[in-house]
Amino acid sequence: MKLTHLLTSAALALGLASAGVAQDKTKVGFIYVGPIGDGGWTYEHDKGRLAVEAHFGDAVETVYQESVPEGADAERAITQMALQGADLIFTTSFGFMEPTLAVAEKFPDVKFEHATGYKTLPNVSTYSARFYEGRAVQGHIAGKMTKSNIVGYIASYPIPEVIRGINSAYIHAKKVNPDVEFKIIWAYTWFDPAKEADAATALIEQGADVILQHTDSTAPQAAAEKAGNVVTFGQASDMSEYAPFPRVSSIIDNWAPYYIARTQAVMDGTWESTQTWDGIGPGMVGIGEISDAVPAEVKEEALALKAAMADGIYHPFSGPLNKQDGSVWLAEGAVADDGTLLGMDFYVEGLTGEIPN
Amino acid sequence: MILSSIDPVLLLASLMVASTPILLAALGELVVERAGVLNLGVEGMMITGAICGFAMAVNTGSPLVGFIAAAAGGAVLALLFALLTQFALANQVASGLALTLFGLGLSSLLGQGYVGIKPPPTARLDLPILSDLPLVGRVLFSHDLIVYFALALVALVWALLKYTRAGLILRAVGENHEAAHALGYKVVRIRILAILFGGACAGLGGAYLSLVRVPQWTEGMTSGAGWIALALVVFASWKAGRVLLGAWLFGGVSVLQLNLQAAGLAIPVEYLSMSPYLITILVLVIMSADKSRAPASLGRIFHASQ
Repeated sequence: MKLTHLLTSAALALGLASAGVAQDKTKVGFIYVGPIGDGGWTYEHDKGRLAVEAHFGDAVETVYQESVPEGADAERAITQMALQGADLIFTTSFGFMEPTLAVAEKFPDVKFEHATGYKTLPNVSTYSARFYEGRAVQGHIAGKMTKSNIVGYIASYPIPEVIRGINSAYIHAKKVNPDVEFKIIWAYTWFDPAKEADAATALIEQGADVILQHTDSTAPQAAAEKAGNVVTFGQASDMSEYAPFPRVSSIIDNWAPYYIARTQAVMDGTWESTQTWDGIGPGMVGIGEISDAVPAEVKEEALALKAAMADGIYHPFSGPLNKQDGSVWLAEGAVADDGTLLGMDFYVEGLTGEIPN
Repeated sequence: MILSSIDPVLLLASLMVASTPILLAALGELVVERAGVLNLGVEGMMITGAICGFAMAVNTGSPLVGFIAAAAGGAVLALLFALLTQFALANQVASGLALTLFGLGLSSLLGQGYVGIKPPPTARLDLPILSDLPLVGRVLFSHDLIVYFALALVALVWALLKYTRAGLILRAVGENHEAAHALGYKVVRIRILAILFGGACAGLGGAYLSLVRVPQWTEGMTSGAGWIALALVVFASWKAGRVLLGAWLFGGVSVLQLNLQAAGLAIPVEYLSMSPYLITILVLVIMSADKSRAPASLGRIFHASQ
């Protein structure tokens, strides 16, 4: 009797103590769509998480859950993280948008940050990077590097972010190579190495000698390497293990500064619902080193393009541009507004095929 | 016109490569289930095989050693399942699911140092005359040995189950373990051997992914292939020949739909994407109208005292 009483009070005291400690720390949660070892998208988000830990040290505690499927299960995972006492939760895939909003309504005191989405709440911010600026650089290099004039594109889901990337890459490839043709495969997955490799192989067998990917793993790089004479670009992460060839450059997502700033805002109590969309200029989008497999003058042009976008002199979607059906989208001198870009659901003129619904 | 950009020879060759991982895994599971054991840990054993094979191939420089290690790795994980379900009499469904979770975790741990490394290339068969034959050469005679091994294994499993005494005993254990026990057969021993065989096959299938089809190591790279193999066994009515047909259908339509997309065919992509699952299920369900059924003792716990 006495012993149990003693044990209970000891347990209670411990529980209280740990609750007290937990309150001093800011708990930051991350929901990932793939494994942190994917070498691409999720890997970079996790680097951002580690940067938060390194920056704040003992003042924060981070938790994460990887390979969370988009859909109903995501809501469970996010709810669980909120129940664990997270103060700030980053949900890092487009498909987490509705689950994030649903959970956010139930936990008004927890702050949520949803990557690449467009819906907000008083406690939900969105953030994304202007990957299409990086795609412009890739398109330029792709247009110059292709000999068969066929560029393969492994797309994931038909969402505005992916469509923007295809359009931007195509516009800039076409600009330097009027004969260029894009073959697009919709993989309907963010992460499935076998399928990504199969898609790359299918494109290569149909004559593509440059592969762009909007999926998360390095599998297309491996497939290109196996095929030999095919150029690829790192996606979301540098993927430098495949440099200098087939990977000749890359788009690198740099989330760390944003994650640190937002965590700081929660600590200071200054956090507000915002919509952030940064590009090469502020450093959220990085261009990985352009390898020596690219001719020097092409590299120079690509870097000049990058610099022009960073300084805001050049916008990748500048008129004159037509939509796929030939109707005018942007007149000479006009520049696409963010609203149209965020909801982009059409191809530009010259691309073949239809966007799946 | 549009379809002319698809090379049927390369397509058929890709089909063989794409179907081999699920074929191996499904074949192993078929033997396990025929022995009356339901092992849902195929995904876990596959991914463990993928990393064991990859690591050994990288360290020794020999893909063959890698494949052997993959089979061993899958079998070791399966041994855990065998201990749990055959000696501790644990629930097979729960143990199988746990095995998958454990395999996924274990493989990411083992794979820490292997991200971004290239495996040694697996040699393709190069027969002097046969491989140079115009059509057939590329489709039939220019693959790596594992493809042929998998096909030989299908024939072996089929013949073994259908014509040999050993196959009869295995099926007896799966259909009615009390009767098999009463006849003096060692039910537990036979089942353990079947489980180990299933693990080795799943491991090989996983290694085929990491060493040939992709080829690299990425965490979680099987992404559901094990579950497809499991479903395939059911839809194939526990018959080896139909497993082969199902694997080819699934692998073939998967590759074909990607090629059709790249060629710009005007079929909506959503339909193309679901076509591998739909077509495989449809064909196998129609074929299974012949009253085939699951082994009667499937998933039931056996203890000699009962």
